[in-house]
Amino acid sequence: MTCLPARTEKKLGLVIDLDTCVGCQACVTACKEWNTGGHMAPLTDIDPYGGHVDGVWFNRVHSYEHTTEMGGRTVNFPRSCLHCEQPACVTVCPTGASYKRASDGIVLVDEDKCIGCKLCSWACPYGAREFDTDVGVMKKCTLCVDRIYNDNLAAEDRVPACVAACPTSARHFGDLGDPASAISQLVTDRGGVDLMPELGYKPTNKYLPPRARSERAAKVDAPALQPIRAEGGFLGWIDRMLSN
Amino acid sequence: MSRAAPRGANSAPSQRPLADSRAPNEGDGVETSPSVFDRIAKTTCYMCACRCGIDVHIKDGKVRYINGNKDHPVNRGVICGKGSAGIMQHYSPARLKKPLLRTGPRGSGEFREIEWDEALSIATERLSAIRRTDPRKLAFFTGRDQSQSLTGWWASKFGTPNFAAHGGFCSVNMAAGGLYTIGGSFWEFGEPDWDNTKYFMLFGVAEDHDSNPIKIGLGKLKARGAKVVSINPCRTGYNAIADDWIGIRPGTDGLFVLALIHELLKAGRVDLDYLLRYTNAPVLVMQEPGSADDGLFVRDGDGNPLAWDRVAKVPVNATDPDARPALSGTYTVNGRRCTPVFQLIAERYLDDSHSPDAVATRCGVDADTIRRIAAELAHVAFEQTIELPIAWTDWAGRRHETMKGRPVSMHAMRGISAHSNGFHTCRAIHLLQVLLGTVDVPGGFRFKPPYPRSAPPGPKPAGKDVRPMTPLDGMPLGFVCGPDDLLVDEAGKPTRIDKAYSWEAPLAAHGLMHSVIRNAWAGDPYPIDTLMMYMSNMAWNSSMNTVETVRMLADKDEAGTYRIPFIIYSDAYYSETVPFADLVLPDTTYLERHDCISLLDRPISHADGPGDAIRHPVVQPDRDVRPFQSVLIELGARLGLPGFVDEDGSAKYRDYADYIVNHERTPGIGPLAGWRGKDGGAIGRGDVNPDQLQRYIDNGGFWHHDFSDDQRYYKMGNRAYLDFAVEMGFIPEAEPIVFQLYSEPMQRFRLAARGHGTAQPPDAERGRIEAYMDPLPFWYAPCEEETVDLDQYPLHALTQRPMHMYHSWGSQNAWLRQITSQNRLFIHRETASRLGLADDDWVWIESINGRVKGQIKLIDGVNPDTVWTWNAIGKRRGGWGLKDDAAESNRGFLLNHIIGDRTAADASGKRYSNSDPVTGQAAWFDVRVRIVKCAPQEAGFTEPQFERFSQPPHFKPSPDILRFGASFRMKREAAE
Amino acid sequence: MHPAFSVVFFTTATGAGYGLLALLGVLGGLGFVHADFWLGLIGMVLALGLIAAGLLSSTGHLGRPERAWRAFSQWRSSWLSREGVASVATFIPAGLFGIGWVLLGRSGGWVAVAGLLAAAGAVVTVCTTGMIYASLKPIAQWHSRYTLPAYLIFAAMTGSVLANALLQGFRLGSTAVLTWALLATLAGWGWKLATWRYNDGLEIPTTTNTATGLAGGTVRSIEWPHTEENYLLKEMGFRIARKHGAKLRRITQALAFAVPAILLASVFFLPWPLRAIASVLAAGAQFAGMLVERWLFFAEAKHTVTLYYGRE
Repeated sequence: MTCLPARTEKKLGLVIDLDTCVGCQACVTACKEWNTGGHMAPLTDIDPYGGHVDGVWFNRVHSYEHTTEMGGRTVNFPRSCLHCEQPACVTVCPTGASYKRASDGIVLVDEDKCIGCKLCSWACPYGAREFDTDVGVMKKCTLCVDRIYNDNLAAEDRVPACVAACPTSARHFGDLGDPASAISQLVTDRGGVDLMPELGYKPTNKYLPPRARSERAAKVDAPALQPIRAEGGFLGWIDRMLSN
Repeated sequence: MSRAAPRGANSAPSQRPLADSRAPNEGDGVETSPSVFDRIAKTTCYMCACRCGIDVHIKDGKVRYINGNKDHPVNRGVICGKGSAGIMQHYSPARLKKPLLRTGPRGSGEFREIEWDEALSIATERLSAIRRTDPRKLAFFTGRDQSQSLTGWWASKFGTPNFAAHGGFCSVNMAAGGLYTIGGSFWEFGEPDWDNTKYFMLFGVAEDHDSNPIKIGLGKLKARGAKVVSINPCRTGYNAIADDWIGIRPGTDGLFVLALIHELLKAGRVDLDYLLRYTNAPVLVMQEPGSADDGLFVRDGDGNPLAWDRVAKVPVNATDPDARPALSGTYTVNGRRCTPVFQLIAERYLDDSHSPDAVATRCGVDADTIRRIAAELAHVAFEQTIELPIAWTDWAGRRHETMKGRPVSMHAMRGISAHSNGFHTCRAIHLLQVLLGTVDVPGGFRFKPPYPRSAPPGPKPAGKDVRPMTPLDGMPLGFVCGPDDLLVDEAGKPTRIDKAYSWEAPLAAHGLMHSVIRNAWAGDPYPIDTLMMYMSNMAWNSSMNTVETVRMLADKDEAGTYRIPFIIYSDAYYSETVPFADLVLPDTTYLERHDCISLLDRPISHADGPGDAIRHPVVQPDRDVRPFQSVLIELGARLGLPGFVDEDGSAKYRDYADYIVNHERTPGIGPLAGWRGKDGGAIGRGDVNPDQLQRYIDNGGFWHHDFSDDQRYYKMGNRAYLDFAVEMGFIPEAEPIVFQLYSEPMQRFRLAARGHGTAQPPDAERGRIEAYMDPLPFWYAPCEEETVDLDQYPLHALTQRPMHMYHSWGSQNAWLRQITSQNRLFIHRETASRLGLADDDWVWIESINGRVKGQIKLIDGVNPDTVWTWNAIGKRRGGWGLKDDAAESNRGFLLNHIIGDRTAADASGKRYSNSDPVTGQAAWFDVRVRIVKCAPQEAGFTEPQFERFSQPPHFKPSPDILRFGASFRMKREAAE
Repeated sequence: MHPAFSVVFFTTATGAGYGLLALLGVLGGLGFVHADFWLGLIGMVLALGLIAAGLLSSTGHLGRPERAWRAFSQWRSSWLSREGVASVATFIPAGLFGIGWVLLGRSGGWVAVAGLLAAAGAVVTVCTTGMIYASLKPIAQWHSRYTLPAYLIFAAMTGSVLANALLQGFRLGSTAVLTWALLATLAGWGWKLATWRYNDGLEIPTTTNTATGLAGGTVRSIEWPHTEENYLLKEMGFRIARKHGAKLRRITQALAFAVPAILLASVFFLPWPLRAIASVLAAGAQFAGMLVERWLFFAEAKHTVTLYYGRE
């Protein structure tokens, strides 16, 4: 059913901290290895050892240089499905293969219904849809729907693979519909933003922008060092210090 | 505190599972609880040298997925980009399948398959002949080897001094710089106090040791709002998230650090108390130019270094806890002039040549920034001190009610190391740390056991006496303390094939693997018979001057025989080096083998306690391959090497697993420290425990011991720690470790250069020894800059491994290579504009050693005088299971082609290894280049190009499509 | 956007087919054009043939064409589904109309009702096609008030030029149809020029800044996630050089509008069979021109995902 639920009970999603991401690709391959055997298996790789290798990946990390009058910085930017509240990728789907879950807000594809028309990928401004040319269907991030509720995993492992893997703790998971949740709090505290808010898709995932240098670390208000003006210079100072 | 943290690194409230993780009743038919494993095997990763704990999930007999072990002290549940892609390494199409014997010319890749018995017989016969005649004619060098305590011991028992691992071209400068100064080092042998530091400086680190721990640590700093300052020409990775990025000019970090020291000294912002307690700053240095002991320490009759008691005004034992030593002044002891080390330090670094203004231009960092950083360091170290309420007792028995800390920490690696001035730069950074009183204090840089050890640690390199059928009298690698310890003949000529521990590389603690092929080819200092190598891609990205190296490997003499007569190589994969071997011993993947990550070698210790780990086969090989260590043990037995055979001549160890459990290096101390003793109740020292491996497996593949609180800091002078370290066999006696700001061993070399002592350098070497064996850290221009016309070659060229491929040889990995299969040359936008270059242009990158062609990408985040690229992406056609049209061999390029393996000729015409003159560390990052836009018809493909290798017998073409994981789903859905 | 031939041909052919069907339905059903077996047969075969060929071609774009039937289910939310439903539904009145008008040679009465319903179905179907593109917010060149009218105008234009050619071929030329075809061609030209002008001046609020959440200054891509092109870049990262685009725009104007307009204008003055030949040439040129136009429609459309890849 490609009509959207009027509201979802939860808004499960990710928060990605661009201030902390070092671009190590841990989330990328953790996602690939979980999902290539998971709900949408396989994440096919075409020409895997050749010159035109092209695989299905649900999570990709870009690198940008952001230059402002404050100076320049390099920003590593993981990009995956944002599980929007207004996902046009769902509503454009002619077959009902794309849908948004009423319970948790996860946007999924029912592969058996997908005809591979690719329109959902055209409708997604974020490039979250991944076409598997081998199977002829569209695939996408499932928010690890087969992990986060998986009775066969230890309770503590029921988080998306990318969140579990991230070595710098730059990825967070939770219910963004619950303002009291830890993840919502994090978004509030850090001024999390939507991507392309002007398009009205209302993404669930948020990005925490890199903090300005002055605000992200305790500022070291170090007074300038003053040369020792005492008699005998530095060595004289040592003598006095040691005789104290 | 890391120790009290919840299970796993990613366990913030915003990273936990849903409070109610029961599946909602969505009714969409999604199977939310598929069975994803039949069993979990906990072992140790080997996708890089980081040694993380992994949980390998096995489903239907195949590896379904790998994730981090939450209990593991190294990675605490996280896993990096390589770790998760281990599956694709394990199932790589480039895996070797059977022993191979060369049939075609060397380098052609033409082989026939042989049985293991034949392979071992060939090797045994050859090696046996060498051992009977001249054991030096075996050169045994290992690459990314985590079993050096075995391989080194094997070489020692064989009787050849010609052994080392790849440390010489990796980061020996960091190891030696640290071990000769503070008795520990950066690398993975120490770590910042991530939980307490407030100011973190990162020098020259892209992805490097320690991979995941640094990332976890940076995450902690970010969460706490501690300041991160990076000093790096490139603004990638860790440097991208630094609060301050200082895009320094390559090779000038030492200058920058000494300017910081200048500022701190000038302002009197150094920790005098710390210097007195833990360093040789008060030790008196003889100031008698021309005499044989000039610059050596003044010692008492028992050999104890003396200090000057400023109250009693007499010389005293410098380590006497009751002494009140002076740090400055000139004194006369036994009629001879001397002065404390610290006075020498102050005199040298207070000189205006070290002022920020004097170095700013050369460093590419403005003077105000240098002054600001110095002020911030001082401010945090001295005004934001922390104090942990932990009482402890120092080595002299003095009780302290708290542990005081100066929360400034530093980490440095390859960017410092891979320059020919890296040893001294590394020492300069340690000097800075020590002056601020931040080594092994709360908030500072912390040692991981078994470090600290005395600076330098005890054993000297063996190999002075090499005789047929006779083991060496020690391990081939060690630490020299003066010219007498060098491995040279009467004429001062090197006696090791790599010239380690010679006048050309005196402190070569890790050997010079990068010199072996050239020296063996040239027969300099002597010809060898067999070169045996393990797991190192010396015919490609692990060598400098690749084109020439490849030529030397296949070169023949006038008689038509190969100049390196026989090459045995062991590797798991069809790398660029395999085709140059005469005999190929196929290794297993890391999931198919036993290993031990030993305290005798490179353990998994944490600053809060020692640890070690194992690998064990979690899946069985489907090919006729054997783990190299087991093969080596069998070779040892076939050769009858002492230690490898019982008295009756039978093999002492069944295989590596058997060795791991039953080998004792000294009584009670073996490869693994956990669960020793008959009942498994002992740690460190204890009888062999036959169940030891099982105990490790039961514990998740590792052993870890937590220090008591009072052992956690000040390990260099902490009674409780030192006693423990002795008990564990880390150090011989519970003496304090004194930081050697002034290195007396280095001064001994200088004295030799001045004609003193019996071990004398050849005259041609005196100048170098005098210049570079300075007992105090100093800065000099990287050697290449001394010989190259800098106007002709105005740019520095650097490489870094991408984080997702660091140490992982990822081009055969279907997932990792998708991320980077073509490397670009990154160049500063303004520099490019000056050179008339646009994005995506193809250019020649030219050095004095040759030229290589690649495609550029313009960026802002790089020092304007520096270009850089991702290393080891360019591959040779025919290797690694890649297809002929792979980007790696068509568009990717290898910078190694233009990095010389030797320096340009000096005035006397002599060419040295392109290495640090102190340690022999390969100077990868010294290379200077110019960039020239290539002609239009030259664009689009890399050069030089190499002939394609043949494929070994029974190699199937790599698949055109990979559907890994489909079988899990089919099976799952069929079961539903 | 990647100008896949299947989709370029699909939209062009169905546009012309539905345009022709609508005209035949109205003119034939209401008796403005009297039933003639061969004229009717060729006309209806041409109209329905173009539609069927287009629809068939569109399934070439599908990964799983055997499941195409599923596309009729989501008409409540999906313009693509609506298009499927409308296109198939239109076949019913069109078929009845064909039977009545061509086989039975009748006009008026139920044939008129069927003809008008077929015409209405054609208009609705073309609207749904237009809305597929017009509703896509990530593609500013499509998500504009120009897109839907364009599809309608071009369908009317290509349909009427075809109808004119058909009638002229049977010596049944109608000045009204000819005038209508000429005016529609001129209108189409005008609309295309206006659209291009609009698109060229488009200030898209979505930028690399909003795409990445990095406010202010410039955001430059320095490394893609993967070094080789992936699905997104192949499907949506298509780039056309400005010079090349301008040339194709000139070709479009000549083939789709200028040449047909001149030919059609000449028809007023030419005798038969020259007027028939001119009419057929006009239709042929226009169809070719519209293929180029549609190719450009895709090629010049820029998807927001390209912002992530620095493909400006």
